Amino acid sequence: MIKLPSVSRRQFLQTTLAGAAAAAATPGLLSSAAFAATPLTIGFIYVGPKDDYGYNQAHAEGAAALKSIEGITLVEEENVPETVDVQKTMESMINLDGAKLLFPTSFGYFDPHVLAMAKKYPDAQFRHCGGLWTKEKHPANVGSYFGYIHQGQYLNGITAGYASKSKKIGFVAAKPIPQVLQNINAFLLGARSVDPSITCQVIFTGEWSLAVKEAEATNALIDQGADVITCHVDSPKVVAQTAAGRGAFVCGYHANQSALAGDKYLTGAEWAWGNVYTDFIKTMQAGKPIGNFVRGGLKDGFVKMSPLGKAVSADARAKFEATQKTMLGGNFAVFKGGLKDNKGNVVVPAGKDYTEQAIELESMNYLVEGVIGSVA
Amino acid sequence: MEETALGLWGVPLAILAGAIRVSTPFIFVSLGETLTERSGRINLGLEGTLVFGAMSAYAVAVLTQSAWLGVLAAMMAGAVFGLLHGFICKFPKVNDIAIGIAMMQFGLGLAFFLGKPFIQPVAPKLPAIPLGNWSSLPQVQAALTINVLFIVGLILTFSIAWMLKNTRVGLILRVVGDSSDAARAMGINPNTVRLLATAAGGALAAIGGAYLSLFYPGSWNERISSGQGLMAVALVIFARWNPKGCMFASLLFGGAGALGPALQSVGVTQGYYLFYAAPYVLTLIILIMTSSPTTRLSGAPEELSLTK
Repeated sequence: MIKLPSVSRRQFLQTTLAGAAAAAATPGLLSSAAFAATPLTIGFIYVGPKDDYGYNQAHAEGAAALKSIEGITLVEEENVPETVDVQKTMESMINLDGAKLLFPTSFGYFDPHVLAMAKKYPDAQFRHCGGLWTKEKHPANVGSYFGYIHQGQYLNGITAGYASKSKKIGFVAAKPIPQVLQNINAFLLGARSVDPSITCQVIFTGEWSLAVKEAEATNALIDQGADVITCHVDSPKVVAQTAAGRGAFVCGYHANQSALAGDKYLTGAEWAWGNVYTDFIKTMQAGKPIGNFVRGGLKDGFVKMSPLGKAVSADARAKFEATQKTMLGGNFAVFKGGLKDNKGNVVVPAGKDYTEQAIELESMNYLVEGVIGSVA
Repeated sequence: MEETALGLWGVPLAILAGAIRVSTPFIFVSLGETLTERSGRINLGLEGTLVFGAMSAYAVAVLTQSAWLGVLAAMMAGAVFGLLHGFICKFPKVNDIAIGIAMMQFGLGLAFFLGKPFIQPVAPKLPAIPLGNWSSLPQVQAALTINVLFIVGLILTFSIAWMLKNTRVGLILRVVGDSSDAARAMGINPNTVRLLATAAGGALAAIGGAYLSLFYPGSWNERISSGQGLMAVALVIFARWNPKGCMFASLLFGGAGALGPALQSVGVTQGYYLFYAAPYVLTLIILIMTSSPTTRLSGAPEELSLTK
């Protein structure tokens, strides 16, 4: 074994501090950093590969939009599981890379991993995608941001409602968490706004990314007569290709999959994270506190739609555009008063519409009437 | 498109279709592992070989626009992985299980590293033979659209079984697997035989990977296998080192895996996590039922480090 020269911690600190002081005293050496925008290191953590045609790609594209901002150093790590591994990744980004702002982007990172790290490193800021941050329960250096992408799934549903001949549409879902349930319900409600007899079959795969099971689920839905398929999994590539290969229409999710499904692609609900991340960074560089609870939809530029495909009829286009216009105006409620779940319970009180900002939506734990499936 | 709902009939159909669609990688990996283990060595690294095979097949198919060249490239890559494993294990006191685990991580890491630029492009798919045209039901037609590699896998199963039993090569493999001393007495070098058997096993496993990325699900990403290579190695023990057993075990495993999505699609939606465990539960039950407290594992090669 190699024996290291013994230096006590105190000696080490003294020498390095002296060095740092000398550097600081030398004029000109650090001035470039001092006069430019405040240097800031930002860490992005992804649960899968960052070019997956889906969730992680959407975030990575948002992160890439930050590279042009002066003074920003970006550190990224992909394929980080939702386990104690992500805590190690966060620690090393804070300690080794000097990250001041972290974006752990996957849902399962939040509790307990982000919360634990936030307590341990009160000087770092954590902004988590999709988690439900509350002032009373969670540390102040944590926050959450998300987009009302269920608006996009509602618009998907409108095109699906016009395109479906069998009056049965299908949804391949990963896990029954509120964001996924919102999307399933919104997809059906969009379709039912066209034809109230439409039903939506959902299959949960139980994991964010399981290529073979997603393909099996898509095949099973089509075998049971569904003729428009959408999904909420990390990488919609397999679902889009399998569904289009079997001749079913595809509504995209996370990113634009029109290249994979060709003429079968109706439209898709896409993220526009670049806007969101740029806002965070600009605020932080200006020395202002960044928001703890940031939400936005189509109107706020958090979410956008893929261009409509060739298979979308003129009627569908008209209704799609009219609805999108109302949503951009900011007062469109996907979840209307008196809505029942698929067990017959009223989940939205009569006379009370939930617009996208309604906080009740973020703890959704039901599938609405017309969705065939269960959350457990 | 005028598909009508099949109702409950969809479940047996989905199990059949799943058995055909999902089993192919299991068949190839378990056949490959059977060859290797019959020579008295265990290669746990086939998960890495499978994923690397999937990546190299996809990459070559994208670059050359030929799916078959992709399969060929995967075979060669798999053989190289096998040769490396066989070469390292030749040295005394090297543990083949530990090397296998190391090779698995190496294969995965290398595949992820080299595969980065190929997640986005779309590769040409392997051809499939539509055997379901006699039926008017599109579901049956889809279920019986059978990939060439599946048929190759079935033919290979019976040829390997025949080869092990009836040919000189099969005899040499079995002798080496059952007794190194006897093999040496016959003038056979056990290390050479094991090296070649591991290489052949690697090549077969990589074909399984090519099926994953070039046919079903037909896409390359880092989660493409999710442990299928490891499961296939376990299937070999389950199948008692018998190629035909491997085939049946793979079909059973594929069919059971289709159960979860199929049941949800007909409205049996409670407890889907439980249905997803079906293949593993089935494996456990059969292993327990066929185990015996008095005799040792029948059919196990004597030289295998598992049984020593």
